[in-house]
Amino acid sequence: MNGVHDMGGMHGFGPVTPEKNEPVFHASWEGRVFAMQRATGLLGYWNIDMGRAAVEKLPPHVYLGVTYYEKWQRGLEARLLSFGLVGADELEAGHALHPAKPVKRTLAAAEVDGALQRGSYTRPEQAPARFKPGAQVHTRNINPTSHTRLPRYARDRVGMIEAIRGCHVFPDSVVLGKGEDPQWLYTVVFDGKELWGEQAAPGLKVSIEAFEPYLEPA
Amino acid sequence: MATEPRDHEHAHDHDHGDAHPHGSELTEQQARVRALETVLTEKGYIDPAALDRIVEAFETRIGPHIGARIVAKAWADPQFRKRLLEDATAAINADGTLGRVSDHLIAVENTPRRRNMIVCTLCSCYPWEVLGLPPVWYKSAAYRSRSVIDPRGVLKDFGVALAAETEVRIWDSTAETRFIVIPMRPAGTDGWDEEQLAELVTRDSMVGTGEALRPNEVRR
Repeated sequence: MNGVHDMGGMHGFGPVTPEKNEPVFHASWEGRVFAMQRATGLLGYWNIDMGRAAVEKLPPHVYLGVTYYEKWQRGLEARLLSFGLVGADELEAGHALHPAKPVKRTLAAAEVDGALQRGSYTRPEQAPARFKPGAQVHTRNINPTSHTRLPRYARDRVGMIEAIRGCHVFPDSVVLGKGEDPQWLYTVVFDGKELWGEQAAPGLKVSIEAFEPYLEPA
Repeated sequence: MATEPRDHEHAHDHDHGDAHPHGSELTEQQARVRALETVLTEKGYIDPAALDRIVEAFETRIGPHIGARIVAKAWADPQFRKRLLEDATAAINADGTLGRVSDHLIAVENTPRRRNMIVCTLCSCYPWEVLGLPPVWYKSAAYRSRSVIDPRGVLKDFGVALAAETEVRIWDSTAETRFIVIPMRPAGTDGWDEEQLAELVTRDSMVGTGEALRPNEVRR
């Protein structure tokens, strides 16, 4: 979706302000939200793409107006509600009021260390890769109202295939309930001028990780 | 500052609670998270002890010291450097002393002619396994918006000035591939062992927004 989360190239957000000796979490609740996000990922109701999609669907003023882990908390609550895992009345009451739904897995403390490693997103190929390194490609001008990983600034642009990264789970299909629909993933590099015109910073190159359905021959 | 998203307010020298104008709002946020955790626990979806372990892992064990050891090894061992640039996941896992990382890690190398920077314009993708959780600035709207269009301006915010002829390459992490920058090895470190070299490798240098420390910048 063309949401405020798709920020590449926007102006007006001010300088980047690094914090000296920054803690991992700025308040204990942030750590709890982070950990709940990880643990509930194993319940078997959603994957990482659906998690991202839930955050993107927050109203723009909320997305821009609350802190990072508040976004996670709100996105998590939205998913829990939409799958019927919790009720709004339960969140209001702060206690369980209804029976639990069946889940694939509840993460036990002893299993945490093994569960922290990321899974692999590589899947068996469904067809030969359409593009080879060095090929010129044109990114499609798509504007889905659902989740996509092709940023607006890189749509309808000509770039070059720099590398093939294997066949990966395709987020755009996952969020539509179409399954993993594995697609070839490429690093596509663009010249700064192709993205930003004549005023582009000299010597700028930007790459995205692009799934094959985003691309057509240039 | 008033027009900026709240993310930036973390950048100031106070804790999260002060990011809100009223104490009652802080209580509200804490209470909301506590309510969520209680509901999930009572329904058997989570084990609070598992949450403790996850938080502890990211507060104490998983951080940029892991990436620093990888970079130090790449500086000290040309064969490892070559393998790392070809396939970072395979090189790290084959080494046996650097911990294990999952698929899709990609190492990119700074040179005098080319500067690499990592960003995620769409969310906050970051190489957790080798750098830990990202700092607030990495997740901020300012960094996500500007790095792809004005990277030299962003670098200036970090006090870094590049030579005019240096190519700047931005890696937007739009899929599950993850990137780590191998910064340039500082001069005056000939003969240093990997442990000494690792002390020079900062988190920001592995994101591309900083340089590795010079020998005189390390307290020895």
